[in-house]
Amino acid sequence: MTRSLFFKFLARAMMPILILFSIFFLLRGHNQPGGGFVGGLVGASSIVLMTLAYGPAEVASRLRIDFRRAMFWGVIVAAIAGLLGLIFQSSFLESIWFKPYIDGIGKLELGTPALFDTGVYIAVFGVTVSIVMAMADESDREAE
Amino acid sequence: MTPLIIFPFLIPLITGFSALLKRRGRRRVAFSIGVTANLIAAVVIMASTYDGTILISQMGDHPMPFGISLVIDSLSAIMLLLTAVIAFLVGIFAMATIDANRERFAFFPLFAFLVAGLNFAFLTGDLFSLYVAFEIMLMSSFVMLTLGGERGQLEGGIKYVTINLISSTIFVVAAGLTYAVAGTLNMAHLAIRFSQLADPGVTLVLAGMFLIAFGIKAAIFPLFFWLPASYHTPPIAVTALFGGLLTKVGIYAMWRVLILILPAATAILQPLLITVSIFTMIVGVLGAVAQMDVRRLLSFHVISQIGYLLMSLAIGTTDALSAGIFFMAHVILAKTALFLISGIVHELEGSYHLKHLGSVAKRHPGAAVMFFIAALALAGIPPFSGFWAKFLLLRAGIEAQQYLLVGVGLAVSLLTLYSMIKIWNEVFWKPNTYTPSADEQPTPLTRIERRAMIGAAAVMVVLVFALGIAPESMISLSNRAAAELFPNGLGHSGYVDAVVAASAEIGGLSE
Repeated sequence: MTRSLFFKFLARAMMPILILFSIFFLLRGHNQPGGGFVGGLVGASSIVLMTLAYGPAEVASRLRIDFRRAMFWGVIVAAIAGLLGLIFQSSFLESIWFKPYIDGIGKLELGTPALFDTGVYIAVFGVTVSIVMAMADESDREAE
Repeated sequence: MTPLIIFPFLIPLITGFSALLKRRGRRRVAFSIGVTANLIAAVVIMASTYDGTILISQMGDHPMPFGISLVIDSLSAIMLLLTAVIAFLVGIFAMATIDANRERFAFFPLFAFLVAGLNFAFLTGDLFSLYVAFEIMLMSSFVMLTLGGERGQLEGGIKYVTINLISSTIFVVAAGLTYAVAGTLNMAHLAIRFSQLADPGVTLVLAGMFLIAFGIKAAIFPLFFWLPASYHTPPIAVTALFGGLLTKVGIYAMWRVLILILPAATAILQPLLITVSIFTMIVGVLGAVAQMDVRRLLSFHVISQIGYLLMSLAIGTTDALSAGIFFMAHVILAKTALFLISGIVHELEGSYHLKHLGSVAKRHPGAAVMFFIAALALAGIPPFSGFWAKFLLLRAGIEAQQYLLVGVGLAVSLLTLYSMIKIWNEVFWKPNTYTPSADEQPTPLTRIERRAMIGAAAVMVVLVFALGIAPESMISLSNRAAAELFPNGLGHSGYVDAVVAASAEIGGLSE
């Protein structure tokens, strides 16, 4: 099965942009529309694009990350973020804030909601890529 | 002990994801630790609510209508404990009997997600979270039902998926309407708001929609056809889990929503509930009598038992509700035990068909004794658990002067006994004249697998037996659970007052 050269080139160019965009979404989700779920989907779309352009076998051989594990660790991170609230405050998912002032950047608002969102991001990323890779694998086999 | 509340949801969720790990050994270790931890959590929760405390936690420490309430009253604690026991024992049974292919395609993670959904449904005090819990349950049950991809499974699976999607749609539309009418989805808050509502017409519509949505899940007449079409198709461990717990969540949700939130509308719906309850009992048991496959026969009994549970709602008194809760505990244990025993017979003899089996009592007297106890318990013969369950329920019916309901309940009991005797005669007693063909040979199990399988079923039967011999503590528990749930005065009940008080502590609405 031959794949378009233009598409391959575009997919390569888009990949870093999509990843950056997904991280932007993740961070923006703190106070505005966005967040871990959307970010994870956008991030996964970069891998999906590569799969469409290069085929699942090629992408699978280049990926260094096991996405099944990613969904496991994503849920663990999110659960830990929730449990921190339970342990140090009074209830599950209660936010804990840590607000350092760094010269040149300004005041940072770090808290467990951001950690929870990161967990969701990783989990959604992992689930989406696992599903797409499994299905692409199947359709690729049928095509041959 | 409120931090405990989240664990019955968190443990199976993490278990599910850990069991997605690749290696078979690790997967099983993760799953075993998970179901054991879940059982321990449920026991601790039961111990800390045993004195009548209602555990409440507001997610993220936001007060009531804004944050989601997680509430464990006595009813939730009972359901959580039952779920944990069933998950533990059926989990062991599944580890012994499930085939490698299904295991490779994430059987155990799905099992854990199903338990997570069940537990979450029992924990939550919020209507929309209840919907989410139902979705988690449905997603995992869809896949568990069709896992393996046999022809019958897919056929049953399509019916199951279609009707359950309809039910979910009705549920979510009803939840949306509820929010439009009351401006809240918190169950306690809803109970207060709806009691202040002047026009009962809207609540009647909502009650009807919830009755249909939960009725489909619970398989009440005339919405039950998906159940006998699908429940006999997957491996018996899945059927046991589904038959024991899944339909019962529908009844649990009816109790929560119809009794706690919409008592006035439910009172208007009483004639409908009585009719539906009668037909569910009769159709279920008549369907069972006609079957020749043990799994199909038991599946029809699931429907008939749902009729009894619905009877508690139809009678609509505190006593009836309390009897219903006791009945729930009895039927979950007895039903699962019967499914597991039929699974044992299948593993040992290679068939589920009544005509193909025989003289099992001679070859496997242990299995026969277990079946005997569980079957008599289901039929309601003293001193087994079903006797107390039916006695309490029928007494509540007579006190409320619902003589027709009581009469039907008694007649259906007799037919239940008849169909249990039918299984006993065909499977355990009659001489075996059938010579199985080559592909019907029982699958060889290792010794440890065999022991695990029989052990799990034996513990289940012991629990059924124990509930029959010593029902007092369970009866007093269900009395309290019913008292907490049942409205005492407009919009007030133990449950509602506790949730409101807990939210007031962290600065919530005191309305």
